[in-house]
Amino acid sequence: MSHNEHAIANEQHVHRDDTGAKMGMWLFLFTELLLFGGMFLIYAVYRFQFSDQFRVAALELNTSLGTLNTIILLTSSLTVALAITAIQKKNKFFAIINLVLTLFFALLFMVIKYFEWGSKFEHGIYPGSEELLNKQNGEVLFFGLYYVMTGLHGLHIIIGMALLFWILILVMKDKITHDNFVKMENSGLYWHLVDLIWIFLFPLFYLIH
Amino acid sequence: MHNNDSKKEHHVTGYGTYLLVWVALIGLTSITVTVAGIDFGMVALAIALLIAAIKSSLVINIFMHIKSDEPIFKVFLGVSLFTLIVIFVLTAFDVINR
Repeated sequence: MSHNEHAIANEQHVHRDDTGAKMGMWLFLFTELLLFGGMFLIYAVYRFQFSDQFRVAALELNTSLGTLNTIILLTSSLTVALAITAIQKKNKFFAIINLVLTLFFALLFMVIKYFEWGSKFEHGIYPGSEELLNKQNGEVLFFGLYYVMTGLHGLHIIIGMALLFWILILVMKDKITHDNFVKMENSGLYWHLVDLIWIFLFPLFYLIH
Repeated sequence: MHNNDSKKEHHVTGYGTYLLVWVALIGLTSITVTVAGIDFGMVALAIALLIAAIKSSLVINIFMHIKSDEPIFKVFLGVSLFTLIVIFVLTAFDVINR
């Protein structure tokens, strides 16, 4: 009997490899970097070729909303980091609060994005629109890249929200604890990557003058 | 009960460190927005990218724990950054010399 219990207790530990799990996550983040890296490469080439037209097109973007979204996303990165420390310090309540805050900031980011894209659409600037196609080639490229890159980034935000919601449930159910939190750490890594990509998207699209 | 107590203790970053990094990130954001308003021409792009790089290194080192994690993750990151740099530099030569 006691031998049996011992075997079960052992089994729960044997099949966990946190370092391996994190390596897998970093390898995945590597592929994400290359995915966005390729897009930044296209951006760089076209900005070099059409620098004046990029400047004209960028004037259409709302710098205030971009700045606000940057601050919101940076803050959500803080709260997810705080949540992980809270779990490590066995403070479940503080972890839950920070995860909920992260989800709130993520949602806020998407709402602002919705209004930002919405006002572009109202002005007739959307992929394939007549208004856009009548502009110069560089401006068409700028808005094409803007929609694809911020759109793909937005998709990452939505996936990140789903991941963090799942983590929140696991924390509430005590499935994530101070000695077993690699799922939370990996989801946090994903969230920080989304933040990292925005750190570059923001100046390259919103801050050209 | 057998526990993995022998396993290396996990590094715990304090709340205060994260808050400081956040303040720095917000500060750098306001700097980059302010600088963008001044007409520096091509230098503006360089400054914006430099600030973005500093912000990234803060996020990667502290938020993503690269500084305190096992060295193997630094190797992973180094390989990915090196790959990206090679791709960008080779493309730049191609575009400029066309």
